Amino acid sequence: MKTPSNTAAHKGYLLCHTCHLLSQAGIGVHSSHCSRCGTRLHSRKPNSLSRTWALTLTAYILYIPANLLPIMTVTMSGKGEPDTIFSGVKELVTGGMWPLALLIFFASITVPVLKLLTLTYLLLSVHFKSSWRPKERTTLYRITETVGRWSMIDIFVIAILVALVKLGSLATIEAGAGGVAFGGVVVITMFAAMSFDPRLIWDALENNHE
Amino acid sequence: MPQQTNAQAESRTHLTACHDCDLLFHIPHLKKGEQAHCPRCGALVMERKGHSLDYSLALALTSLILFVMANVNVLLRMNVGGRTQAENIISGVNELYVQGYWEIAILVLIVSIVAPLLKLLCIFYVLVPLRLNFRLPYAKEVFGFYEVLNPWSMTEVYMLGILVALVKLADLATINVGIALYSFAALIPFMAATDASLDDHDIWESLEPTD
Repeated sequence: MKTPSNTAAHKGYLLCHTCHLLSQAGIGVHSSHCSRCGTRLHSRKPNSLSRTWALTLTAYILYIPANLLPIMTVTMSGKGEPDTIFSGVKELVTGGMWPLALLIFFASITVPVLKLLTLTYLLLSVHFKSSWRPKERTTLYRITETVGRWSMIDIFVIAILVALVKLGSLATIEAGAGGVAFGGVVVITMFAAMSFDPRLIWDALENNHE
Repeated sequence: MPQQTNAQAESRTHLTACHDCDLLFHIPHLKKGEQAHCPRCGALVMERKGHSLDYSLALALTSLILFVMANVNVLLRMNVGGRTQAENIISGVNELYVQGYWEIAILVLIVSIVAPLLKLLCIFYVLVPLRLNFRLPYAKEVFGFYEVLNPWSMTEVYMLGILVALVKLADLATINVGIALYSFAALIPFMAATDASLDDHDIWESLEPTD
């Protein structure tokens, strides 16, 4: 497949990521200011790869305490029982709440793991200038960017439960450090997805054919 | 004459670049309800929504009223052995803070209260002057901020969190649902409709200085 280099970068145009105005900057000019909204224009998101790598690796590291530490501790009649993300899902399964267990498993385990793996894959594919299925990889990126927010469910459940179950000696629920780490994973992977520039996927494809 | 028709077609199109794959291409003048996709990667590049400002403003105002109702009323009430514990969004944030988990407290505060509220206020700040033909300073910056806030406003995710918490506690205690929960549930479609009604290309064009 021969790709014509009919891209904004090649023809000296810069697209404003805020207001979508296309400016003619001249060939070889990689930054300028948008004449409509004043945003700094870049041909590609600045330092996209190193930023995304840094954020993705941070998220990987935070993912470990997020899963090992308890996200909340339920104390009933004096007996405390710390719950991690995974033990919470297990409890739902033993309690027979299958749909809920699946939902939490999907939002708290599947989505963050797939998101980290997808970002790593996209970064590696850009590094190695892969020309394999750029359209599908772009779609993969778009999905990664949109689904990440749903991982927040568990954090919200904690926020609701701690305020509702405050019954003194009868029952209390306390948040746990795992929740802080997990919240960090969600926020950092969101930033990581935002700092990745999908146009890099297509750049590799064009340089291969020159 | 094929060349002439080409030229005629050119005049009704304009050049744009795809934000996902950087392809330069011409998009025709879109009619109401039409969408333009990138021919190479399929990204949605432009959409003419054709809703009036009144339509968007009505939805935003409804959302704001529901948002206030969802935040000042009781969300859930739990009854165990004669004891009642009531809760709303801000009390969850407060309890996390009291327990020493200020990081999660701030995160929940931002994504469930601050971002949705600021988003709605940004919409009013930009659309009301456009509707009534006057200018406010920093309208472009405010609209840019609205687009930055978008991914951080997580009301619909919070709603699902409420439902999960409800099911989890259903076996343990009697849970009563407060007015805030109904307001919150109604807020989700109105908020989504508000966002969907805004035509960002159109708004940016309207905000362009006329001088």
